[in-house]
Amino acid sequence: MQQISLLLASLPDGILLGFVYGVAAMGLTLIWGVMNVINLSHGPIISLGMFGTYLIFIKLGINPYLGLFIVAPVGLLLGILIYTVAVHRVINAPHLSSLLATFSVNMIIIGLGTAFFTTSPFNVDFNMGSVTLGSTTLLGTRLIAALAAVIVTGGLYLFLYRTRPGKNIRAVANNRAAAELMGIPSSRILALSFGLGTMLAAISGALIATFFPFSILSGGGYELKSFVIGVLGGLGNPIGALVGGLVLGILEAIIPAFLETSWVPVIEFGLFILVLLVRPNGLFGAKQ
Amino acid sequence: MKRTLFNLFALLIVLSLALTACGGKATPAPTEAPVVVPATEAPVPATEAPVVVVEKTITIGFTASQTGAQEVSSKRQVNGFNLWMNQVNEAGGLTLSDGTVVKFAAQSYDDESTKERVQELYTRLITEDNADFLISPYSSGLTAAAAVIAEQNGKLMITTGAADDDTYKQGYTGVFQLYTPGSLYFTSTVDMLKTLDPAAKIAIVNESDKFSTAVVGGLKPYAEAAGFEIVLEEAYASDTADFGPIINKIVDSGATVVLGGGHYPDGSTFARQLYERKVGIQFIGILVAPPDSKFSELGDAALGVTGPSQWEGKATHTEEEANALGIEWFGPSGAEFSAAFEAAYGDKPTYHAAGGYAAGLLLEKAIRNADSVDSEAVKAALDAMNLFTFYGGIKFDTSAEAHGLQIGHSMVVIQWQKNDAGELVREVIWPADVATKPAIFPIVVP
Amino acid sequence: MRNLQKYIGIILPLLVVAALMLYPTITGKAAARETAFTILKAIALASSLNILLGYTGYVSFGHIVFFGFGGYVGFYLLSSQGMSLWVSILAGGFSSGLLAFLLGKAILRLRGAYFALATIGVNEAMRAFINNFDLFGGPTGITLNFKAYLAYGGAAKALEMAFYVVGGLAILAILMSYIIRTSKFGLGLLAIRENEDAAEVMGVFAPDAKTWAYVLSAIIPGMIGVLFFFKNGNVEPHDAFPLHASIELLVMVMLGGQGTVLGPILGAFAYQGMRGYLVTSDFFKDIQLSVSGALLLIIVLFIPAGAVGWLRQRFPILRRVLA
Repeated sequence: MQQISLLLASLPDGILLGFVYGVAAMGLTLIWGVMNVINLSHGPIISLGMFGTYLIFIKLGINPYLGLFIVAPVGLLLGILIYTVAVHRVINAPHLSSLLATFSVNMIIIGLGTAFFTTSPFNVDFNMGSVTLGSTTLLGTRLIAALAAVIVTGGLYLFLYRTRPGKNIRAVANNRAAAELMGIPSSRILALSFGLGTMLAAISGALIATFFPFSILSGGGYELKSFVIGVLGGLGNPIGALVGGLVLGILEAIIPAFLETSWVPVIEFGLFILVLLVRPNGLFGAKQ
Repeated sequence: MKRTLFNLFALLIVLSLALTACGGKATPAPTEAPVVVPATEAPVPATEAPVVVVEKTITIGFTASQTGAQEVSSKRQVNGFNLWMNQVNEAGGLTLSDGTVVKFAAQSYDDESTKERVQELYTRLITEDNADFLISPYSSGLTAAAAVIAEQNGKLMITTGAADDDTYKQGYTGVFQLYTPGSLYFTSTVDMLKTLDPAAKIAIVNESDKFSTAVVGGLKPYAEAAGFEIVLEEAYASDTADFGPIINKIVDSGATVVLGGGHYPDGSTFARQLYERKVGIQFIGILVAPPDSKFSELGDAALGVTGPSQWEGKATHTEEEANALGIEWFGPSGAEFSAAFEAAYGDKPTYHAAGGYAAGLLLEKAIRNADSVDSEAVKAALDAMNLFTFYGGIKFDTSAEAHGLQIGHSMVVIQWQKNDAGELVREVIWPADVATKPAIFPIVVP
Repeated sequence: MRNLQKYIGIILPLLVVAALMLYPTITGKAAARETAFTILKAIALASSLNILLGYTGYVSFGHIVFFGFGGYVGFYLLSSQGMSLWVSILAGGFSSGLLAFLLGKAILRLRGAYFALATIGVNEAMRAFINNFDLFGGPTGITLNFKAYLAYGGAAKALEMAFYVVGGLAILAILMSYIIRTSKFGLGLLAIRENEDAAEVMGVFAPDAKTWAYVLSAIIPGMIGVLFFFKNGNVEPHDAFPLHASIELLVMVMLGGQGTVLGPILGAFAYQGMRGYLVTSDFFKDIQLSVSGALLLIIVLFIPAGAVGWLRQRFPILRRVLA
């Protein structure tokens, strides 16, 4: 009985967070789906998104949600830059090359980030009030972040299915050689996809920064979560990532009701391996 | 074009190999600069020609976390230490009774906040840079690894920023702890709670790591002995960001007091979410984060949060206090230290900075007492040390079981309160004799 | 002469290790010994990883899990059960091998990036588990009493001994790597690397071959783990399973040239040397991570075959020599 009241109290929060985790994972899984690259610079880019909010809100005094309109294009351009410099040359090489190439980008960003921001935590003191529903309290910042996450997902969906560049991305993801034969400039589409992926990562970071303190190293944790979510939802399936995010958010909310909180990562990663083994296409993906 | 590129990068690899070789061979430097080594034997000729002042430079070695997770606290500690060193050197060094003037030089490397290279770097400090004395890295884990190297090379190491008790129970004889050990971190808070609300129900919520676990290991029996009921014990993983489920558990347990935390990132996150959820906790005590000046960034969430602190500028220890206790006083006053630190680094000193400075001060005093820079003599002086400085009492356990453990230092409890101008300030609320303000209790009316 | 040529592929790597082991002895500098220890440890780990990564073509991103797990088991026996270092090292190697065997049965079915992700998951799950596992000290870890070194002639002697042991383990790893490379078993692994399905058709029973490659690549890291924690004197969960160290191992193998015996050795030497230099240099120490990253990127982009691979491409005559 006690567990149930705990569950009811924690669940809504888990769901709200899940949406935001989902956006982060969407970035990772989009890049994987289009070009079979696991982007190991994902974490530091999430951190950069967090610092985006910090700089925009604390230094410029602009509302963090308006700030998203600055963070997003910067993230897009950064992604295109990373793709051009680090990924394009190894796009057809074995996995190891692209993994290491993006890892070196990770090292470069963390190194520079440490030099600029130090590794100390930053906090954006931003409050949107809260709503109390029965035994649970919903924080305004999380509600809005979840809403933003849903809008971003909807936008991505529309972009991929309703616009020409979006359709091109899907074509390249489906069969790059065939897409090229059809006259789709695959290099540009790949760069755009990578840009979109990092943009999503940056947006999720910017949203997270409105309710959690962060440092340049924080992104690493969300990168690992993104792996887990990506696999839960099926790698390469951006919409699945949102669902995977919800699953993870809910897990994080309900496990502490039954076990000590420090067991959460054990169960998360255990489940991650299990899903990889049993359903490598994700919980909801088509069977292989 | 392609070929030149290839050649270029081949060259690069060769270069990096060459650098490696240089790195290894860079050793002659210390031997070419024999100032340090021969000077040790110098006192003998000095007596023959008393006009010549023999100047001896003592090298103090340590690693600092210039990168990685511990960077901020580590830098503060190093700044504090450097301030002490510059002050001593500017004052012309120490003069021993045989006329030798001792000056200090520091040698440090980046340990990247990981244990990977700590031992390699400390060995390097001892054998290549000929460090005479060592200061610990920041954090208990790194210190434990460094202590092994110090001990086996017979070098003295003063540890600061390393509160864990374990390291001093491993049979070392040359490692001396400046911080109050972790297991005693919350004892003063519990003492205070007894006066505030003896019927409080305590939830212990801590980071699942070495330091915080050690703190909680000491806290739990102490609180129980004081008659408190502990209604929840919960450990969370180090990178936890969402404390929602934990806070729900706290509410569920009916706790009125929360004690715990871990390091800065999780501690500040925890405090913020406790505030945002308005769960009606009457007293919050969190490790490490509240004594840091950055904590005020939390805004209203910081209000009322308390934490144990090794040292506070506002409740600095004084010569009168030392006299009353009948313990020898040494070094500058807290105000002098704070002013000098602010002048040098433009920032108010935190306890990490004070710890760094006090480490130097302690070494200076030990050298003075020993009237020698010989390790054995200084070690004997440290063993016999019973000192009071602006940082507080310093006295070491000399038993075989826990040699070097700090037993003379006590902690204060701070709380974030609002001053008349409505700004957040850190006030000392315990012990009562040094308190600058009474405690706000409860933070929220139940 | 021909004999010499035939064996030069193993003689050269062994010479490198021998030189590394002799250098500190000759100069008599403890700091040189520590640097050599770090490099030898990296050589042993990278050579082990190479068996899986270079020969079999499976990218293990969490190989450090074997270092941490074996190390924990052995170190627990050493410090809490009072067993000797030698027994503990063997136990560490054995438990890592066993873990690899059990894991291999499950996750080696995955290919490419899926396998890489699974290994990351295994490492993180293990770290989180050990953090909650009270027998191994949970979050506090295990600390070795200083007196334990007395059995090995005091701390100074013990650390000196640890240096020679790590050298021995490095040699063992290289011999293992060489024997596998030149054996029929190794040929089977190379076939799996080139095309797993084709290899199966040609009569290589891939699941078994892969599993054994995984086991063989896990044993030495487990032994190194015990030795490293013994030398450090303590261990905590977060320094037993550092994910970034796993990735650094990949970098070393890649740098020197995967799939060759000499490659990982050169890679480990160059990488550790470079990091050691950057960390202690006045000029680079603040941005050393970025500089390492940039160098790595350049190598990945322009010399993907690694130093040895590149040499073999440029100078075909070396192909016989650089195995």
